[in-house]
Amino acid sequence: MAVSVDEAVSTGPAPDHGPPARRLGGRGRSVVEIALLTVLAVVMLFPVLWMLETSIKENRDVYAIPAKFFDFAVTLQHYKDVFVAQGDGRTPVSVNFLNSVVVAGASTVLATVLGVPAAWAYSRFAVKAKKDQLFFILSTRFMPPVVVVIPIFLMYRQIGLYDNKLGLILIYTAFNVPFTIWMMKGFVDEVPAEYEDAAMLDGYTRLQAFWRYTLPLLVPGIAATAVFALIFSWNEFVFATFLTSSDSVRTAPPAIAGLIGGTTTDWGLVAAASVVFALPVLVFAYLVRKHLIAGVTLGAVRR
Amino acid sequence: MAGIEVTALHKRYPDGTVAVEHVDLSIGHGELFVMLGPSGCGKTTTLRAIAGLERQTAGDIRIGDTLVNDLRPAERDIAMVFQFYALYPHLRTRDNLAFPLRAEGLPKQEVNARVEEAARLMRLGPLLNRRPRQLSGGEQQRVALARALVRRPRAFLMDEPLTNLDAELRADMRTEIKHLQGELGATMVYVTHDQVEAMSLGHRIAILNKGRVEQIGTPLEVYDRPASLFCAAFIGSPPMNLIEVEIADGRLHAQGGLVLTPPSGLPRDRRLVAGVRPEALEVTAPGAEGSIPARVVSVEWLGDEIIYVVDHGGQRDVRVRMPPTVRFAADAKVGLRHTGGTPAVYDVSTEELVA
Repeated sequence: MAVSVDEAVSTGPAPDHGPPARRLGGRGRSVVEIALLTVLAVVMLFPVLWMLETSIKENRDVYAIPAKFFDFAVTLQHYKDVFVAQGDGRTPVSVNFLNSVVVAGASTVLATVLGVPAAWAYSRFAVKAKKDQLFFILSTRFMPPVVVVIPIFLMYRQIGLYDNKLGLILIYTAFNVPFTIWMMKGFVDEVPAEYEDAAMLDGYTRLQAFWRYTLPLLVPGIAATAVFALIFSWNEFVFATFLTSSDSVRTAPPAIAGLIGGTTTDWGLVAAASVVFALPVLVFAYLVRKHLIAGVTLGAVRR
Repeated sequence: MAGIEVTALHKRYPDGTVAVEHVDLSIGHGELFVMLGPSGCGKTTTLRAIAGLERQTAGDIRIGDTLVNDLRPAERDIAMVFQFYALYPHLRTRDNLAFPLRAEGLPKQEVNARVEEAARLMRLGPLLNRRPRQLSGGEQQRVALARALVRRPRAFLMDEPLTNLDAELRADMRTEIKHLQGELGATMVYVTHDQVEAMSLGHRIAILNKGRVEQIGTPLEVYDRPASLFCAAFIGSPPMNLIEVEIADGRLHAQGGLVLTPPSGLPRDRRLVAGVRPEALEVTAPGAEGSIPARVVSVEWLGDEIIYVVDHGGQRDVRVRMPPTVRFAADAKVGLRHTGGTPAVYDVSTEELVA
């Protein structure tokens, strides 16, 4: 990687007629750049690499001193342990994963179903105090979610949502809806309202016009927004820790954290569970990477 | 085809903005009626109310003999052409044209016949199998017009249909729309902020400002006798010179010595402003007969004409339109002379035409 960048620089256009000092300066700068990027990449990626290695090492290699980087025996036993309990049956961690899928999936669907029509309405109609409403919606995201953990915990205990998947789904939806509305409003604004007007003149109702013409044009935006919401729900740790206690409800992040501790820690299992946990998000992010960039840079370019 | 009656239209949005204060319009059968005004004057809202895309807060709209207040857009039997064309992006031209007919549930044969007819009328033959993305702006707008035609509606509503086209194409399309309207004898309501479009297209023009109708008249009436100071300042490029005048011994005297012939029936004891078109003034050699001394402030060479900005000792400099053969340099001492007939005169306090 570093070599190819270096080559690209040295064989680039205008090789000979530039003043030598500047060329040296250019090369010097690119060397520093590459060095810094390499350091950064190692710092960022080493934990991931170590997690991957640990998940396929045998237990004695995991604890080996000095640490083994390359010469260890590869095993997939830890991955099996994530899903299959000794003496068959499902492991608690696999139940946690299923819970994560249910909770993240349901809250994403709910946030999208609520947020998209709201975004459409805010984009298309003259609503009383529209700006204030939108600001209020956004303002719910200003505070760090952890601030409200205790009150939510107390309320949930009162109304029976504590240690309940529905409780997590609702709280994640509540955090995702403002985000969904704001991001989707940007996408809806980009779709000319004339499509709906024309469809209404052609005999459709307002809702049919939205459903048949605007919605199909919004699909890429909805996908991007949903992935953002999904990643948030999937990764959420604090509320999942406070609002659940039993393994039948608990989602993966607190459950994996819970594997650490006690008398011994099965690091191989922790690492394997973490890899399994990280994969879906990586895959989703990869699938919609274009839209993620679109979502991030939205509003940077005006029509 | 049918006429359109708009009575005491008022539109207030939920957020409190009043888009239309009070609008009365009576659009004749087969008329090309233009609504002209600056942005935010309420012209588009009025059009959308006629279309049924906005529900008015008060007032009545009649198309033909039908009171359409509570009818949905589709039930009003009208077609609309939008600024952004609004062609369905996933449909080919042919299907875009057929779409409203299929929505009406017409038999296939009838749909095909009408699509062919509209395509012939708008010369869309080679474009029928393309999608909107593969069409130029002008072609898209022709398809949009054709889509309005296939419905055979009682009236056409046009919302700034030429704004997104480049200047040359705009002139072509203007001719095309005018020709089409004449051929079909269609009732057409046309919204624009471009006065050239309004003057060249309209049988009659309504000038709107701040949600009210300032004037309704033929292009010539609107040009010759603007009904208010707003219209006087809006129509014409450059617009009328508005010169404060006083009545003395039966004539209108402006500061700086310019004298104008007064129209009959001027009110007494009011502050008056005369509206003088740039072509009703003349820049002459200094001391020419009937001229007052003046100075050229700046010169705009437009090729086919020259606009002189002239200081005549009044409160504001006046603009004078001259043929390109009459040339004076900036800062030259010249004469200024009124050559037109009686000017339009406005009351400063009411801002309305008084004579």
